[in-house]
Amino acid sequence: MKDPESIHDVEGVGIHSVHRHDVVIIGAGLAGMRAAVEASEEFDVAVISKVFPTRSHSGGAQGGIAASLANEEEDHWEWHMFDTIKGSDYLGDQDAIEVLVREAPAVVREFEHYGCPFSRTPEGRIAQRKFGGHTKDFGKGGPVLRSCYAVDRTGHALLHTLYEICIRNEVRFYSEFQAMSLIVRDGVCRGVVAWDIINGGMHVFHAKTVMFGTGGYGKVFKITSNAMANTGDGLSLVLKAGLPLEDMEFVQFHPTGLYLQGILVSEAVRGEGGYLINGKGERFMEKYAPSKMELAPRDLVSRSIQTEINEGRGINGEAYVHVDIRHLGEEKIMKQLPQIHELAWKFMGIDCIKEPIPIQPTGHYSMGGIPTNIDGEVLFDGKKTPVKGFYAAGECACVSVHGGNRLGTNSLLEASLFGRRCGKSIVRFLRENRDWPELPADSAKTALAEVEWLFKTNGTEKVGEIRDDLQVLMTNKCGIFRDKGTLEELTGDLKKLEERFKNIKIDDKSEKFNSDLLEASELGHMIEFCELIVAGALAREESRGAHSRTDFPDRDDKKWLKHTLAWKEGEKIRFDYKPVTITRFQPQERKY
Amino acid sequence: MAMITFKINRYNPDDEKRGHFVQEYQLDVPKGYTVLDCLNDIKWKLDGTLTFRRSCRSGICGSCAMTMNGVNNLACETQALALNCDTIAIEPLRGYPVVKDLVVSLDPIVRGLMAVKPYLMTKTPPPTDQERLQSPEEREKLDGLYECILCGSCTSSCPSFWADKEYVGPHAFLKAYRFVADTRDECPGEHLEPIDDKHGLWRCHTIFNCVEACPKDLNPTKAIAELKKELVRGKLG
Repeated sequence: MKDPESIHDVEGVGIHSVHRHDVVIIGAGLAGMRAAVEASEEFDVAVISKVFPTRSHSGGAQGGIAASLANEEEDHWEWHMFDTIKGSDYLGDQDAIEVLVREAPAVVREFEHYGCPFSRTPEGRIAQRKFGGHTKDFGKGGPVLRSCYAVDRTGHALLHTLYEICIRNEVRFYSEFQAMSLIVRDGVCRGVVAWDIINGGMHVFHAKTVMFGTGGYGKVFKITSNAMANTGDGLSLVLKAGLPLEDMEFVQFHPTGLYLQGILVSEAVRGEGGYLINGKGERFMEKYAPSKMELAPRDLVSRSIQTEINEGRGINGEAYVHVDIRHLGEEKIMKQLPQIHELAWKFMGIDCIKEPIPIQPTGHYSMGGIPTNIDGEVLFDGKKTPVKGFYAAGECACVSVHGGNRLGTNSLLEASLFGRRCGKSIVRFLRENRDWPELPADSAKTALAEVEWLFKTNGTEKVGEIRDDLQVLMTNKCGIFRDKGTLEELTGDLKKLEERFKNIKIDDKSEKFNSDLLEASELGHMIEFCELIVAGALAREESRGAHSRTDFPDRDDKKWLKHTLAWKEGEKIRFDYKPVTITRFQPQERKY
Repeated sequence: MAMITFKINRYNPDDEKRGHFVQEYQLDVPKGYTVLDCLNDIKWKLDGTLTFRRSCRSGICGSCAMTMNGVNNLACETQALALNCDTIAIEPLRGYPVVKDLVVSLDPIVRGLMAVKPYLMTKTPPPTDQERLQSPEEREKLDGLYECILCGSCTSSCPSFWADKEYVGPHAFLKAYRFVADTRDECPGEHLEPIDDKHGLWRCHTIFNCVEACPKDLNPTKAIAELKKELVRGKLG
């Protein structure tokens, strides 16, 4: 084995140090920390996060985590399975979905055992509420109480609980380190390279296994519920390592974001009985989903709201509608939805006990991502062959349980459950693979070159302006509705942004806490994988789930009941496709 | 829309010669803009070197806690026009070492947190295939305790912390009480014992600054009082 010290021989920005851990996890959200909890029972685990762990975006989730506990009323994992498949518009892989729904009760109960402060039923069990698309009796019954919740702060409660258990298990945190590149050679993952945000300096993490729980990329849209940290860095790092991404064209818009702010107004608001009202005072969901109304799945509700707005039936003709919970009464609002009350007040000056809340759809969740199998192993060819020692889970991954559209409360479940499965498969791998993979001498070369370029480049473009243009273009041309024309335009627009990015200049030339530098690096990542979103959307000539082509309004199972795989090869994008795994439920027309 | 002057405390550790100084920026601030929106505008349009933490911009992650016109709060939740001033002075949270501009070291927050063993401790294994039961009334005791976002505003505003850098801090006491109050935790003494000393609970002088500083309307002072009661009860009993 080569001496890893030799990688210090790089000019310019130097390597500060080389760290060795059995397991290095990037991302301290639910997926990353749940995997860390599992693997740290037996091995040395480090978690790298660009924010302090409890500041990860999982903490922003509000409404709940799905599991057929049947604490409040009859429920079965088979019902949950059917709902998830139908919700996915039949693009979800049914083997993975079966794992998700069968293991869900165990995962939720484990959270309770770890200390998560769930809301309770009168009998002292975990309380459950309704959420869109979750139904009784294989879709034939009404909404079911399936979402386990901690008031409307479920993500916060789960995230802090995992951080606490990681502390108990002595997980090593590298807080405020930005991952810069993934070291994969000859189909074997050997570590990652990360920049120390606080002190500056490049660090090489030599690892037997690496897991990505790097989250989503809502920040490519102008209106988004996502944190500013959600720039999808992990996806770009994976592309640069020569690996594919799956189903990137499927992006979920949450129906209810605070008007102009995009900040999430939980689906729990509708789960608890909130109505959607247009400018004419109509409960317009009657037209779009007469049987499920506001509790139809997110893709359908978002399209309905956007259609009302586009056809001039927003409130006073503006680009928003109302979600009204006044009829729930002060007591229920303050008990079940206190955070919503707080957010509406602080950000809009709206007292939702007395006034309806102005909302518009907001960029929320990416169904696509890094292709993995049900054990969290990343697939080199996107199909069968795993990259040795590399895992992914949570929003950055595509296993695929959400297919074309994710049901509310299934994301906290997916992140935790597949994080746990990643942890378990990492343990199995390490028990059999005791040797360190060789660390290539030039491991940090690309990361160092990127930082050196960012420090040196002396162009005329501002990062903030290019990013703003990217967000507006993506929203307008690749948002809830797309068509060939807008997508082709956008392809050209992205090329121009890429050129402009080459001509940027950052103001801050210092090494310590250089957020100017890091925002530039993130922008580069966003432009790169947006090209895949757009190319995938242009190629997929059908409407399915959240991917809604106005020029191809119907689902086309004959041609498109398959997953997109895309690689970035130089300037070109290479596509491949793989079939959807169907086990129990044959595709049928999706009506609510 | 109003023209506001932002007076921002600056410090770049890579430029020790310059040291700490105050820099002014002027901005047209539209209605609805939070202080974080203003800082972003300054960074993205006027001066990319201005440095601050931020992430969720919806008051749940705690990254952008800072001192605005002398008051600790989250920049993302603070409406700029609601401060009702044509000048807004912005400083990093007081009491912590400054890393750069408005960014402070989180080490004191983490150190305090670790002191209280911040995780549920049990002696009996959990039941198989079901949750530990906890009545809604028992669960209600955790309201006001589990919502802490670790933003550090409370400890930053605490005179005991200013005087004693080893002081555990109200954020950590709140966390300790979150477990002591939890009917599922079977080792309350384990959270209490490490803070039963002069850098711990007994250095709290009940000044209530932490209560005032908390952007989530939590009450660390009350938690501290409850913990003191538990300790006294334990000692007498």
